[in-house]
Amino acid sequence: MSLVLEIATTHVRARARQSLVAVLGVATGVGFAIMMSALMQGSQVDFVQALVNALPHITLSDDRPAPTVQPAERLYASAEIHGLIPHRRRKGIKNPLATMAALEGWMPGAIAPAVNTQVIMSYSGRDVSATVVGVDPAREPQVSNLAVKMRQGTIRSLYRATNGVLLGSRLARKIGARVGSNVSLTPPNNVRMNAEVVGIFHLGVRTADEGTIYTLAKTAQILADQIGLVNEMRFKLADPMIARDVAGRITAETGYLAVSWDEAHEELLSAFRLRENITVLMIGAILLVASFGTYNIVSTITHEKARDIAIMKSLGLRERTVRRIFVLEALMIGAAGAALGSLLGFALCLFLGSLEFEFSAFTDMTRMPILYSPAHYVTATAVALVSSGVAGFLPARKAARQHPVAIIRGAT
Amino acid sequence: MSAAAPVAPTGPLIEAVRLTRVLPETVPVTLVEDADLAVAAGEFVAVTGPSGSGKSSLLYLLGLLDQPSRGEIRLLGAPTAGLDGDARARLRLATLGFVFQFHFLLPEFTARDNVMLPMRALGRVGAAEMRERAEAILASLGLADHAGKRPDQMSGGQRQRVAVARALANAPAVILADEPTGSLDTRSGEQVFRLLRDLVDRDGTTVVAVTHSPEFAAGADRRIHMVDGRIVDDERRP
Repeated sequence: MSLVLEIATTHVRARARQSLVAVLGVATGVGFAIMMSALMQGSQVDFVQALVNALPHITLSDDRPAPTVQPAERLYASAEIHGLIPHRRRKGIKNPLATMAALEGWMPGAIAPAVNTQVIMSYSGRDVSATVVGVDPAREPQVSNLAVKMRQGTIRSLYRATNGVLLGSRLARKIGARVGSNVSLTPPNNVRMNAEVVGIFHLGVRTADEGTIYTLAKTAQILADQIGLVNEMRFKLADPMIARDVAGRITAETGYLAVSWDEAHEELLSAFRLRENITVLMIGAILLVASFGTYNIVSTITHEKARDIAIMKSLGLRERTVRRIFVLEALMIGAAGAALGSLLGFALCLFLGSLEFEFSAFTDMTRMPILYSPAHYVTATAVALVSSGVAGFLPARKAARQHPVAIIRGAT
Repeated sequence: MSAAAPVAPTGPLIEAVRLTRVLPETVPVTLVEDADLAVAAGEFVAVTGPSGSGKSSLLYLLGLLDQPSRGEIRLLGAPTAGLDGDARARLRLATLGFVFQFHFLLPEFTARDNVMLPMRALGRVGAAEMRERAEAILASLGLADHAGKRPDQMSGGQRQRVAVARALANAPAVILADEPTGSLDTRSGEQVFRLLRDLVDRDGTTVVAVTHSPEFAAGADRRIHMVDGRIVDDERRP
């Protein structure tokens, strides 16, 4: 064992009780830091995954982000047109099949057309507003996980009835409808349609389960009062993280507004980023407080060991050797605390993960979403070691700078 | 017993030229003033004087623990002015051995570990040889049975002998002792004096010792007397 390590070990061992308190301080900090990271990041990842899996990565609507360019403006740079009365454009995406074919040529993922409209659904004297999404059951499974999230019936059950609909689980519960129930759908043009519930889905995203009705595209077209209408295209990408870039390109190529999943939930994701920053600050504060314990013990040891330091220096030990002894002591406390804290953090994660209750307004989680990531342990350990090192360095530097003669004279 | 480091027999081992140490207080305090001193190899020098006369301050200057305000110290013929802290520490470790009034042993370590400490810091020999040498030094000082004991398990005299053993660990050219018998009873003090005397007579080690004891001073080869920071008398025993 090296001299520095042996002296450091001896000092820490000789003050077992204080060292243990400092170790427990660091361990508590590391343990709770790991637990908080796992919980905060777990809930975020869980929610984002639910969003990414349940919903299309990009939604192309028939909205145009820029006003139509007039032919005269295209031809003449100096043309200025004022007082235009906009032509009432036919709803929907023009030439949807050609648009899909063009996008499929380069886009890394799948596309499905959809028809979107709003209705009031009535059943047993209850009225609720909902969004009807008309889909192609053959293409839809490629862009959302609706097919695998069916609780009753299948997506192909839509073919079984004339106006078959699939209801979100919460929506069905809200109005008391079941498979086989006949509901009434009233679109904006007030032409009521009777429909049969042929399935219940549960996507796990509260807003979708509470307010969405899936039906065949042609049924939705009747509700929207426009045969052949496709007012939405839904995209699923191989990599959801490139959705924003792909959406930009789709908008540029088609002239219609494409919105990626992260843009659509920007406010929520911003809130997550804010929460992430708060988490980092809190974890930093926890570990900083823990490092005060280390500072305290190393400071006490250096104070108690002033005479030994003077003797070691008088014998010929260099300043940096003396400094290393006390920094090493702090690192030993930090390392022991980090190791113990990692175990504590893991135990806390297991405990929290085992609790079961319902608490989210956005998803229907029943357990706390815990993310087990080695990065949390590595980060907490690294922060604990660095803060312990700094906490040890300050008294160590002071100790190493002590003039041996002053201490020897004082001691004699 | 380890032999002293080979030194040139003719030139002085330690040489102080107009050595002055002034503490830069609001009212400056002169600890040592214009001290000229040359200590040859194999000499046993006793530094005497009343309290506050600058004996210990001179010793700390000679031992490179303190830096002079003026003047020069030559160690083994080489000037020490301009050496940085690390170089001075290295020189201390390899060339000098210290014994203080109190043993100043590291309390958590055994006698053997305390003696090995300077060897380990110097790092010139392997662990097995360090251990062997430490035990040999302890045995030569009559402490063979105490090698595994901690300081709190030994008497005052035994601790001071361990401190001497530690000072001898790296076979230094010079041992600087600051009142080595000051905290011991008469019998233990005599033992430590005999020990230092033997080191000079048997091994040719050079010893410079600060002392208040007339008996100790009388047993040295040379007596330097200080008053108010100045060397006022330098007397060699015939």
